[in-house]
Amino acid sequence: MQSLTKLLEAALFAASRPLTLEELGSLDPLAGESAVRAALAELRAAYSDEHGVELVEIAEGWQFLTRREYAETIERAQFALRPRRLSPAALETLAIIAYRQPVGRLEVDEIRGVDSGAVMDKLVERGLIEVVTRGEGLGRPLLYGTTPSFQEILGLKNLEDLPRLEELSVALRRPTPVDEPE
Amino acid sequence: MLRDPGNSGFVVELEKFSGPLDLLLHLIKEDEVDITDLPIAKIADQFLSVIAELGLNQAADYLEMAARLLRIKAQLLLPRRLGDDEWEDPRAELVRRLLEYQQIRELVDWLGHAADARAERFGRGYEAPPPDAPPAPLQIDLNDLLAAAERVIALIPDPNLHHRVVPRPLDVEGATARIQALLAERETFGWRDAVGPQATLVDVLSTFIALLELAKRSSLTLSQPEPFGPMVITRAIPHEAA
Repeated sequence: MQSLTKLLEAALFAASRPLTLEELGSLDPLAGESAVRAALAELRAAYSDEHGVELVEIAEGWQFLTRREYAETIERAQFALRPRRLSPAALETLAIIAYRQPVGRLEVDEIRGVDSGAVMDKLVERGLIEVVTRGEGLGRPLLYGTTPSFQEILGLKNLEDLPRLEELSVALRRPTPVDEPE
Repeated sequence: MLRDPGNSGFVVELEKFSGPLDLLLHLIKEDEVDITDLPIAKIADQFLSVIAELGLNQAADYLEMAARLLRIKAQLLLPRRLGDDEWEDPRAELVRRLLEYQQIRELVDWLGHAADARAERFGRGYEAPPPDAPPAPLQIDLNDLLAAAERVIALIPDPNLHHRVVPRPLDVEGATARIQALLAERETFGWRDAVGPQATLVDVLSTFIALLELAKRSSLTLSQPEPFGPMVITRAIPHEAA
């Protein structure tokens, strides 16, 4: 293993959150981005099979995570606990915000068909969404977007990791005009 | 027409639905109808019978949707000329929202699976998120607490009380007039005569204030022959009153 790879391994082991490419690059000012990428690839390969943890690309960064097959045993021993699952209302709201960001509360209410204020407050509190800007128009409404924590709890590499809308079975298109109702 | 709830072959729980659109999608799926060619009349009736059954009358979001469905139903019944190109399907907006919502539901499934998969991998220094934000430390003494408890208890409505009539304010003038009429008739009379039969708290207070006022003006004298005994009211001697 090259020395840069070992340095990254140590940093990623010490950190309790994903480290971005820039953060990892700052460890060694002499190493360029391509060297860091190569080191990451080497590290990932080293942890690919023979270890209980693996190097995962997540939330626009890298992090050592335990392999899924050990989750139950570790949890039973209470060395770590799975986070509570998000409610369907919270997931609906997150889905809308993830795809429409920056988006205001009114639009979320409109799409969900119910008042979403309380759910959004809770998501802000949990750090999954945040106010990113203010909209034009009456009262300059607060517009929300997702945070890095959102990508982290979903295990997304980045926002492009979300399914593309065209891939969904319900493609959102303009409703085709109906000829004649009976 | 509402269908008889007893005959509607489905049982629905409110908790299962995150809103009126969710309930609508459920009905559409149940009936296996084409979402882009909604049989509005049928769906509207089912929707109404479900929310009636669920006792959802207080849920404004569901009521709003019910009203929307009925409006669309009515619009579809309006006659229109054949070959009218200007005609817009009144269902179009609802269908668009339903499709949009259906898409969100599909994303919810995807996000849910992703979150579940991520939850099975632990990072270093993992800490379970707190079940809820910890409450701020309280600073309160016993007296404050008891006072607050009393205020709360006072707010609890009497379950037997259906309607509370706000009592009229004190009627001192009325009581004064009544006592003066009694004084004209009789030289002496008792408290019960002054206050009248079936006196309310307000009558008692009004009478008492009127008596004190008249005593101050020397129109009468108040006496109580024995401790805790009934009060005796006596007409004042005319020259003293002057």
